[in-house]
Amino acid sequence: MLRHLLALLLLGALVALGGCATAGANPDDPLEGYNRAMFRFNDGVDKALIKPVATGYKKVVPEFARTGVTNFFSNLGDIWIGINNVLQGKPGKGASDFGRFAINSTVGILGLFDVASNAGLDKHNEDFGQTLGRWGVGSGAYVVLPILGPSTVRDGFSRFVVDWHGDPLWYVNNIPTRNELVGVRVVDGRANLLDAGRLAEEAALDPYTYMRSAYLQRRRNLIYDGNPPREPDSSADPQSGAPR
Amino acid sequence: MIRLLAAVCLCLLASAVGAQDVAPDALIKRISDEVISIIKSDKDIKAGDRAKINALVEAKVLPHFNFEHMTRLAMGRNWPKASAAQQKLLVDEFRTLLVYTYSGALSAYKNEVIEFKPLHAAAGDTDVTVRTQVKRSGAEPVSIDYGMEKTAGGWKVYDVVVGGVSLVTNYRDTFNSAIRDSGVDGLIKSLASKNRSLEPQAGAKSK
Repeated sequence: MLRHLLALLLLGALVALGGCATAGANPDDPLEGYNRAMFRFNDGVDKALIKPVATGYKKVVPEFARTGVTNFFSNLGDIWIGINNVLQGKPGKGASDFGRFAINSTVGILGLFDVASNAGLDKHNEDFGQTLGRWGVGSGAYVVLPILGPSTVRDGFSRFVVDWHGDPLWYVNNIPTRNELVGVRVVDGRANLLDAGRLAEEAALDPYTYMRSAYLQRRRNLIYDGNPPREPDSSADPQSGAPR
Repeated sequence: MIRLLAAVCLCLLASAVGAQDVAPDALIKRISDEVISIIKSDKDIKAGDRAKINALVEAKVLPHFNFEHMTRLAMGRNWPKASAAQQKLLVDEFRTLLVYTYSGALSAYKNEVIEFKPLHAAAGDTDVTVRTQVKRSGAEPVSIDYGMEKTAGGWKVYDVVVGGVSLVTNYRDTFNSAIRDSGVDGLIKSLASKNRSLEPQAGAKSK
């Protein structure tokens, strides 16, 4: 219930923001002013809380155990990934995801070991935002969500309204247990991104535009399962085309 | 003596010609294998000696990149707005930044296995994409693709695309907004100060 309310509020805020957005420099990012403020806020929360906890977790918990935790949550995610593959008209890939879940939950001892990957059933990356994208729904404006980070109107909507229904953790009835599981998943996920985060920090002249561009490119790539059609690019190599 | 010298010259010539004949995917594989075996065996690099990793990247990886082309692509429609002197500075600074970035990526390497996908290219192609994949546990494989072009000096990389995120496109976004805010000189300045902040301190070991 609370989540629905939050989602509605968020959507309302997005629409309101969209209404008063100025013609920004980047057509994908009309909300840049709000987004930059939220990006700074998220960065503050990350630096003060999430990153230190994740760093400590990585130091204290040995690698094989962390891999087990990552695999456990990854395994639970495979069902929803499979459903989205089916929704996108890819029953073969969906079957592979359900097969992964069956194998890893049993032979892989409750998902602690990703034996399916070694058996040739590769992990996929799907969610409802990608399904909508596959169905032809445009991404809408780029939006930085509180805590959750980079997203778009389409992806944010999917995450708040649809994806969490496919998340097994929300069906754990014991609330304290559920919260603990969600907490561990967040910390483990952040710990897996520590190296990537350091790299992005080093590489980026402006972390905000770097993340934005990376997110939008990545999502486009995911929607087309790694083979996006070539984009008509107005700012491509000036020497290889007709003069503009 | 002269004979020996001539033989050495011939050998060098042969290996230079050889480098030009190497297929683009074979080239990437050779460089990857070479670099990974050095990373795995060098104690200083394992301990996080960034200066040494930088040197490795300079020696083994960079000669196979076309930085002029990369900079031109990252600048996009702003490239002709820069003077020849500015263009040279841009290429130099961008090159330095990419060395640091690449070194950072290598220092995070942990025994991942790189798989090479079959190259789809016709015999006369001068622009190809070499596709590779890195497998991880509990996560989908990450693709790393190299945009490569044929030059007089052999095949050269002009873009690296990780999980669908193109390095060149990513920087184009940033370059565009930097140039809009503070002009080409402003971009050069911010590249230079970024590079200074990444310079490995003498003796310091970053993690």
